[in-house]
Amino acid sequence: MIYLTRKVEFSASHLYHNPDFSPEENRRVFGKCNNPHGHGHNYVLEVTVAGEPDPRTGMVLDLKELKDILQREILDRMDHRFLNYEVPELAGKIPTTETIAMTIWQLLEPSINHRGQGTLHRVRLYETPDLFVDCTGNGQ
Amino acid sequence: MKLVLHRRYRFSASHRLHQAAWPQQENLRVYGKCANEHGHGHNYVLDVSVTGPVDPATGMITNLADLDAYIGQHVLAEFDHVYLNQDVPAFRSLIPTAENICRVIFDRLRGYPHAQLASIGLEETGANSFEYAGESRENA
Repeated sequence: MIYLTRKVEFSASHLYHNPDFSPEENRRVFGKCNNPHGHGHNYVLEVTVAGEPDPRTGMVLDLKELKDILQREILDRMDHRFLNYEVPELAGKIPTTETIAMTIWQLLEPSINHRGQGTLHRVRLYETPDLFVDCTGNGQ
Repeated sequence: MKLVLHRRYRFSASHRLHQAAWPQQENLRVYGKCANEHGHGHNYVLDVSVTGPVDPATGMITNLADLDAYIGQHVLAEFDHVYLNQDVPAFRSLIPTAENICRVIFDRLRGYPHAQLASIGLEETGANSFEYAGESRENA
């Protein structure tokens, strides 16, 4: 099995706020991340696809296709957006790194896996160089 | 879907690799420069990985403020800017190689109450890094 990883970056803003919490509780739980006008990050996304190289091409999958999938499913949706308000898949959710990574997995899995060439293995999302989340499929 | 959150911390400390039961000549043969009598230091980078369910109220595996406070109290307060061999009691009878530092830190963090400790990583220099996930298969 070969694991191929492609990295892309996007810049986006977000805020953490649970409408079921009081204002004081939101500030206590989420701290600065609760500031009402949001704040931003340069996110770094690493997407790992597992598979066997196609003997005809030597490739697990065509990098151009993976690049196009990442552009269409992730960058077009999230780059230079306010995640809470402009990304329908995150509407009503708290866009923590955990939640964004899970959402990215759900967006990428059908596009990558349906091709029959490689399967999505891991989504790694950095919010800052010192904080990242790994998302893998069920049972991995 | 499994999520693992990784958070990076830093501490600077000195140590000496030296087996008291051996003559210094043997220590120098085994540990090289690391056995020099007065010790030497590193900027350590500690990666802490935790896993567990995402709380639907917060979107988080664990609140980073809780994790930061715990790491601060249980590791950084005692490990940063100290001579490990003398200032951390565990290393008075255990050689503070990066391997042993990993084990000591893992044992200190396994009681973290808000998520399950998955593994820790320790970079001693840009060229040396170590990972430890505990001895049992519970974290495999």
